[in-house]
Amino acid sequence: MQTNLINHVIGAIPLWNWLVEPLQYGFLVRAILVSAFVGIVCAVLSCYITLKGWSLMGDAVSHAVVPGVVVAYALNIPFAIGAFIFGFGATVAIGYVKSKTRLKEDAVIGVIFTGFFAFGLVLVTKIPSNVDLFHILFGNVLGISQADIIQTIIAGSLTLIIILLRRKDLLLFCFDPNHAKAIGLNTQLMYYTLLSVLALTIVTALQTAGIIMVVAMLVTPGSIAYLLTDRFDYMLIISAISSVLSCVMGTYVSYYFDVSTGGAIVVLMTILFILAMIFGPKYGIIAQQFTKGSLEDLNQIADIE
Amino acid sequence: MNTIQPLDITVDNLSVTYNNAKLALYNASCRVQAGTITALVGPNGGGKSTLFKSIMGFLKPAVGRIIVGGLSVGKAQKKQLMAYVPQADDVDWNFPVSVFDVVMMGRYGYMNFLRIPTSKDRRLVNESLERVGMTEFRDRQIGELSGGQRKRAFLARALAQQGQVILLDEPFTGVDVKTEKRIIDLLIQLRVEGHTILISTHDLASVATFCDRTILLNRTILASGTTEETFTEENLSMTFGGLPLNSINHMFNHQSEAA
Ligand SMILES: Nc1ncnc2c1ncn2[C@@H]1O[C@H](COP(=O)(O)OP(=O)(O)O)[C@@H](O)[C@H]1O
Ligand SMILES: [Mg+2]
Repeated sequence: MQTNLINHVIGAIPLWNWLVEPLQYGFLVRAILVSAFVGIVCAVLSCYITLKGWSLMGDAVSHAVVPGVVVAYALNIPFAIGAFIFGFGATVAIGYVKSKTRLKEDAVIGVIFTGFFAFGLVLVTKIPSNVDLFHILFGNVLGISQADIIQTIIAGSLTLIIILLRRKDLLLFCFDPNHAKAIGLNTQLMYYTLLSVLALTIVTALQTAGIIMVVAMLVTPGSIAYLLTDRFDYMLIISAISSVLSCVMGTYVSYYFDVSTGGAIVVLMTILFILAMIFGPKYGIIAQQFTKGSLEDLNQIADIE
Repeated sequence: MNTIQPLDITVDNLSVTYNNAKLALYNASCRVQAGTITALVGPNGGGKSTLFKSIMGFLKPAVGRIIVGGLSVGKAQKKQLMAYVPQADDVDWNFPVSVFDVVMMGRYGYMNFLRIPTSKDRRLVNESLERVGMTEFRDRQIGELSGGQRKRAFLARALAQQGQVILLDEPFTGVDVKTEKRIIDLLIQLRVEGHTILISTHDLASVATFCDRTILLNRTILASGTTEETFTEENLSMTFGGLPLNSINHMFNHQSEAA
């Protein structure tokens, strides 16, 4: 009787209907679960990438995977393997070119990733395969196949396991690589570990966000969290919540309004970012204005004295 | 008190270039004697940090070699022999770590694969915080500290690491007189315990009060020895003013050889 009442009350709320009604479609449930999972994986890595200042590197790897996807489909091997090899290969190429030339890192990254990406474009138009370039570029989580879900879950789980096991070393590497070296740790290994989880995360997010949007999934959640807290464990939590929220709601929005899923997810993330930027309790624009104001007051008092 | 076997540092004919192809250090040779506090004095841009980073193995020297307690730098680091307190502008103060987290990083080299601290690690971290007087700030984010507190936090990390050799790059810059005095007292205690300490500083007035030996540096080693015999007005004006004649000659010889 009581549950009936509760159901009745809840049923009267339109938002609840809005959320529950699509769950009768299997493909949509799948899409929501996959994007929530992708959201968590990206959110965790995002904290490390934003702190390390590797956003541009994330952009580079995401574009560099394109030829890998095409080759993988042509050879009939899982797309994740091809994408990982080319994504990771691009980061090794970037490191090599940087150490052998006098170019600055951003120039090297720019040259290498556009090179890989262009090579992918050439391949996709020449190699006969059923790769839909549009889906690689912009994602297609609503139409994701069973095989792609499995690959997404394997790549994402690997990422989470590696980060869980190496999280302290990775954080030390982001904060103070010199100290890591000073205490005899293998910083080269840390560097490549972080690069491989970056490539793995991009493989994970490929089907959901598409390569154009994946960089947002890698940068925005961590940035939102960084604006809101000074503690790394809170940062992970905030990043995960804002990312999963955007991913799930973005999938709904995409279904209801028939808009790009990756686009909807990133728009929601960006809205959260703007809110954090304005209303953040300590580093938000309003809070900063307020502290500045009270500092001026203090100065005035000091002047009077 | 637990005393340890003091170690020395030998820098042999060191030259370092950054990738702008400018020589930051050339033909630098010096010895930091075991169990001393040695001051490294020179003008801004003179190469003090470069020498520190070479000794710590962060920079690969173009020429030359460095031996710490009879071992190569890499081996010495694996044995946790070398602790380093970085210059303030080499640290990202906005990074979301607390003072406690930073000091615990000094223990990572002793921990297992997962870096799970043992009770010994926790005890040493707490003792180190206590020694530098930072216990009450242990949960602060590092950016919320004053200049002196920041230095003490990183000094605590070096203590927690229990390195026999401690290198401090300008620990007195941006620090008030009281904290400076406190750090000096701590360094003197550490010397008694058998640590070898190399410290760069611009506070020339305090060098003679606690440093046994002094190394004068301006792109190469200009003089080194006990503080009394090295820390002379003549030597200092040479270090901060022009280069001495024989050193300039040396540079010319070096270049004509290269040509
Ligand atoms: N990362 C770098 N890249 C290029 N040049 C550098 C770098 N770091 C230092 N230098 C140069 O090397 C010289 C020595 O610098 P440094 O060792 O920092 O001196 P100090 O610590 O005595 O002030 C300076 O001329 C400086 O400009
Ligand atoms: Mg310096």
